[in-house]
Amino acid sequence: MSVRVYDLGHARAGDKGNTSNISVTAYSEAAWQVLHRQLTPERVLAHFRHLTAGPVRRYELPQLRALNFVIENALGGGVTRSLAIDPHGKSLSALMLTMTLPGHNEEGET
Amino acid sequence: MARDRIRIGCGAGFADDRIPPGVEIVERGELDYLAMECLAERTIARETLDRAKDPTKGYTPVLLERMEAIMPPALQRGIRIVTNMGAANPMGAARAVRKHAADWGCPDYTCAVVQGDEVTEVMRAHPELPLMEDGAPLESLLPRMASANAYLGADVVAQGFATGAHLVITGRVADPALFLGPMLHAFGWSYDDYAKLASGTLAGHLLECSGQLTGGCFADPGRKEVEDLAGLGYPLADVWSDGRVEVSKTPGSGGRLDIATCTEQLLYEMHDPTAYITPDCVLDASGVTFRQVASDRVALDGARGKPRTPSYKVVVGYFDGYMGSGEMGFAGINALARARLGIEVVQERLRRRGLSYEEMRVDLIGMNSLHANDAAQCPEPYEVRLRIAARTPDRKAAEAVGAEVRSLHMQGPTGAGGGVNFGARQILAVKSVLIPREWVSPEIVMERAA
Repeated sequence: MSVRVYDLGHARAGDKGNTSNISVTAYSEAAWQVLHRQLTPERVLAHFRHLTAGPVRRYELPQLRALNFVIENALGGGVTRSLAIDPHGKSLSALMLTMTLPGHNEEGET
Repeated sequence: MARDRIRIGCGAGFADDRIPPGVEIVERGELDYLAMECLAERTIARETLDRAKDPTKGYTPVLLERMEAIMPPALQRGIRIVTNMGAANPMGAARAVRKHAADWGCPDYTCAVVQGDEVTEVMRAHPELPLMEDGAPLESLLPRMASANAYLGADVVAQGFATGAHLVITGRVADPALFLGPMLHAFGWSYDDYAKLASGTLAGHLLECSGQLTGGCFADPGRKEVEDLAGLGYPLADVWSDGRVEVSKTPGSGGRLDIATCTEQLLYEMHDPTAYITPDCVLDASGVTFRQVASDRVALDGARGKPRTPSYKVVVGYFDGYMGSGEMGFAGINALARARLGIEVVQERLRRRGLSYEEMRVDLIGMNSLHANDAAQCPEPYEVRLRIAARTPDRKAAEAVGAEVRSLHMQGPTGAGGGVNFGARQILAVKSVLIPREWVSPEIVMERAA
């Protein structure tokens, strides 16, 4: 059984140059346990592979139950010269939330 | 003179931000200071071009409209204002406002103008500087350079307020510094007291995108609700002289301000949370915590400060050719196949005209335009909109893109509707370099009513 990131947390995307950063904040302690364990930079890179070859770095803020993903080379060459309809990648927070993770276990109920 | 607490509001978070919530926070926020952040990374390059055409221009185009609405109620209440709407011409902005100040009920208008962020000559003198993006020397951009501006810090904003001016107008200043500046001035904080600088920088970082702290960029119906999003209020910070901060928003306004909105905005455009670099300090936000102390009121804790770096960051704007684009819609039976035929036709017509492009991008709006997902795996929508965008050094080639897309109305597949030719626009791209602080000499110049 798999679980959507959408059901575990909320996200916001920001941009700097050709780098997108996307935070994911858990709705609950149980959701945080799943996100912290399963939402790895490797999985995020695989989900964003059609946009970038990476790298993806993950920063953890456990006291806020938040993860911050820094996804390089994801913005079509950079906000100012990208041909994309969303050059800032502001909608990429929603792409993050479409990820599915391997399911619940004893700690991870939502 | 020393105060124990000040209240700083945010009146705008980007150049074309909504004006009514800015007026509302001035009228109802019981503010001491109002900061308005209106300068995106590349905006200043465009204003630099405006100034080249007309030396009285080059400030943020919406300056006068915004000031006409904000200044009278602010000055009536003794609220002092700081804004980076000076863009490429802070002195020009101050003079433009002065012309109207008497009409707006501000006959004794005084303005402190922050100058010195403009560093194009420094760039020309140092072609060897490595670009932060790729390490290549700055030299390659110099022939195409449109602007170069250093991100100044809160120290110059505080110096501006120290003159007693009603208004401090700047060009390029780090966004959080617009908020930290009033704190430095009001409390006389040492510029080496990094605990306080970190606390103030954190507050500025949270406030500088206006409604993004108070429920903007947040609502997801059925999942994350925001009450009265239409009436979204702007944020304010109560700051104590010991560095404590609580954030809140315009009383009676819509939106929400809680730990969830603060967490999202904390990480907005932040990379490594242990090292958020500003001209004033290096903020370590990795241990930040939020406490909901009342409805729509959150206390900030845990910001740590490290010494500022010896550098200023400079953003160099440069010309990077032209982008042309256009869109056309299709709906009903076989809409997707007709859209795809339209794309082929446009590409073939551009090719037969002998036009070529550095890069061309094709989107099917309704299927893959935002996330670039594989259209083959999307369900076919009832309607779809093709979009073609291309970049080229040749303006005419760029103009041809949208023109060819729009002519699909008459010369494309059946049932092509709602075509738009967005024309060609000159691309102003940006890259960054670091320079020693000593190479920049900020100064304050006064502008007063005659």
